[in-house]
Amino acid sequence: MAKIYLDYAATTPLNPNVFKAMLPYLKQDFGNTSSIHSLGQQALGAIDEARAVLADFLGCDAQEIIFTGSATEANNLAVLGTVQAVKNKQPHVITTPIEHHAVLEPCRELEKQGVEVSYLPVDKEGLVTLADVKKALKPNTVLVSIMYANNEVGAIQPIQEIGQLIKKTSPKILFHTDAVQAVNYLDCNVEKLGVDLLTLSAHKIYGPKGVGALFVKNGILIKPLIYGGGQEAGLRSGTENVAGIVGLASAIKEIQNPKHKIQNIRTRQFRDKLIKNILKIIPDAHLNGSLVHRLPNNVNISFRGVEGEAIVIALDQKGIAASTGSACSSKSLEPSHVLLAMGFSEEEAHGSLRITLGRPTTPKDLERLLKVLPPIIQKLRQISGYQL
Amino acid sequence: MKPYYSKQVIEHFLHPKNLGKLKDADGVGKVGNPACGDVMELFIKVEKKNSKEIIKDIKFYTLGCAAAIATSDMACELVKGKTIQEALEINYQDIVGELGDLPPIKIHCSVLAREGLKAAVEDYRKKSKK
Ligand SMILES: Cc1ncc(COP(=O)(O)O)c(C=O)c1O
Ligand code: FES
Repeated sequence: MAKIYLDYAATTPLNPNVFKAMLPYLKQDFGNTSSIHSLGQQALGAIDEARAVLADFLGCDAQEIIFTGSATEANNLAVLGTVQAVKNKQPHVITTPIEHHAVLEPCRELEKQGVEVSYLPVDKEGLVTLADVKKALKPNTVLVSIMYANNEVGAIQPIQEIGQLIKKTSPKILFHTDAVQAVNYLDCNVEKLGVDLLTLSAHKIYGPKGVGALFVKNGILIKPLIYGGGQEAGLRSGTENVAGIVGLASAIKEIQNPKHKIQNIRTRQFRDKLIKNILKIIPDAHLNGSLVHRLPNNVNISFRGVEGEAIVIALDQKGIAASTGSACSSKSLEPSHVLLAMGFSEEEAHGSLRITLGRPTTPKDLERLLKVLPPIIQKLRQISGYQL
Repeated sequence: MKPYYSKQVIEHFLHPKNLGKLKDADGVGKVGNPACGDVMELFIKVEKKNSKEIIKDIKFYTLGCAAAIATSDMACELVKGKTIQEALEINYQDIVGELGDLPPIKIHCSVLAREGLKAAVEDYRKKSKK
């Protein structure tokens, strides 16, 4: 039986057009952007073009785009690079407990260095409120980092409103958003959002793995994490991954294609139908996260009396790839930090299944999931002795 | 490609042979795994034969990951028909060995089954003293 992939928040397959765009740079056009001969200059031209594509998408200047080796690196650069560049002796940082580890861990690192970090509360739906942001802002706040859309429950934060609030309070406070999961679906115009830094990743948008980018607004003080040949305006030394960067730009162009905008509407319809059907067919199941402020491709449901990991393994045996939440769960036993922050008990947080849809998803895929999932839950409840 | 779980783990996870509850159990053990919060309940039926105490039947409920379920079932398989003494000598390495192998992060899951057995035996001892 054909495999069904429903884990698009973890990663996506390469779009064939993206692959085509990358190919020359893996073959004959292999130059180093720092070389002054034609082959090198051709590579430089390719990444300049890519930079222009991202600038167009984000509504910023081309020189405000820094290519990195991953979104993780971009997040690290945003958080560590800005805070370590400020002269303030007691900098204060605001973030949320539902960020990706690529933001949380650099924040923990800052805490170890004596920086004060505030973690905003989120409500039962995983949303940050403006009032809480306002309360948390202090005279020594230098950075606010809040993700645009959450990777586990798909919660979309009111970034634009938060951006306005921050700038109204003090134009000196930097505002960063991790837009990795949002790029495919939401408006990422940095001016509209009011952000000074924005992270994106190629492999979540049908581009290659190992490429990310950070938008850094002109004039912002930021310290590099990597020193060397001074590429990427000195913020990210190392010979550029030309094919990867070209792939990232090509993936962004695909997002701008109206065909994919229409597809996103379809994805949302699939999502709504899937959520409705699962909750109808399977008792004692509930949707995690907001129904309104939710990514069009995200379904996250908890089943009482069952552990998410067991569901994922059982689905895999039926040829369906899904997830418990974060892709890192294979490296950690702890229940989802996102669900815990949303106020769920440990048991509830252990029972979640994340299904994320993508461009190739068909109604037939979801029908099959709907057929396979109920008996799996029933069986696992038998195993746990769960009484309905 | 090496799959995340061995064939044996998948088999015991999908088709556990010792699933359920013993209504007239002589001992019941309920344990939680501190590492991950998973819960297991173990029921044993003990028969005395020439001053030996033999685990005649054993069943379990487990709320946990695939490894927790598979190791619960395997532990039941391993101790069924053995004396309590023999059963308590089985350690987690034996359980893991019988299942082929477990991913390193999942080794602790096999400890749950052993703790469950210990708790069930303790419960049996308490009850049989009365
Ligand atoms: C919200 C979010 N931020 C950051 C990352 C890390 O991206 P990358 O894999 O490019 O490092 C991910 C994906 O794992 C993510 O979902
Ligand atoms: S991770 Fe919980 S016992 Fe396996």
